[in-house]
Amino acid sequence: MAQVELLLAPLPVHVRTARMVGVAAARRAGLDDDYVADLRLALGEACSRAVALHVAHAVPDPVRILVRDDPTGLTVTITDRGPATTATSTDPVDALFGDDGDLLVPDVALAVLSSLVDDVEILPDSTGTTVQLRWPLPPRPI
Amino acid sequence: MDLTLQTRTEGDRTIVVVGGEIDVYTAPKLREQLIDLVSGGQYHLVVDMEAVEFLDSTGLGVLVGGLKRVRAHEGSLRLVCTQERILKIFRITGLTKVFPIDASVEEAVAATD
Repeated sequence: MAQVELLLAPLPVHVRTARMVGVAAARRAGLDDDYVADLRLALGEACSRAVALHVAHAVPDPVRILVRDDPTGLTVTITDRGPATTATSTDPVDALFGDDGDLLVPDVALAVLSSLVDDVEILPDSTGTTVQLRWPLPPRPI
Repeated sequence: MDLTLQTRTEGDRTIVVVGGEIDVYTAPKLREQLIDLVSGGQYHLVVDMEAVEFLDSTGLGVLVGGLKRVRAHEGSLRLVCTQERILKIFRITGLTKVFPIDASVEEAVAATD
């Protein structure tokens, strides 16, 4: 099992760094190119959402990103310390048109994640929210 | 790659050529550009996204904000995009039903809104 861990200061400028690290780790693990493109977008959405929550609620703690692979798949976990949220059935179009600020709408990020990744879990607890994304890896040659 | 923005006028339309990555860090720059254009009386916009390498929901929010602003002046906002990886996020959010999406700037400029 290989593992990459990243602690991001909650600043928008660092979200791109998280995407780049996640993509590099996924490629090294052998994730198919189509899934790598989905991972790039999904990880970006999850990190943007987490950073936006930290900024909005003045939470100085870092956002934690963990990428690990095992013989069955690649798992990316994003953990924030913002107010706990759960997946909603928000219609992205309604949410975007209803928003006054134009910028990130956390519900839309979760809706994109749910549509983009087959295996996604959103796990709120008393300290924040963990988003877990998982993709299958091709069998490794013996 | 950082966000790049260039504008030009064709007929009654203003073309905004966007390149690079539109995310939570760079989207405010695009939002300011769209606000400036509408404030300057440009209500028929074409956003050329053929050189965009990455777009997330923050960028979608900015485009929707631009659409709302031009609509307030009975204007229009058309997109030019043929890249499947960019079109995918419009599709999964349902925004393909909201934005007219053309295959080229020429097509967008010739369209009747």
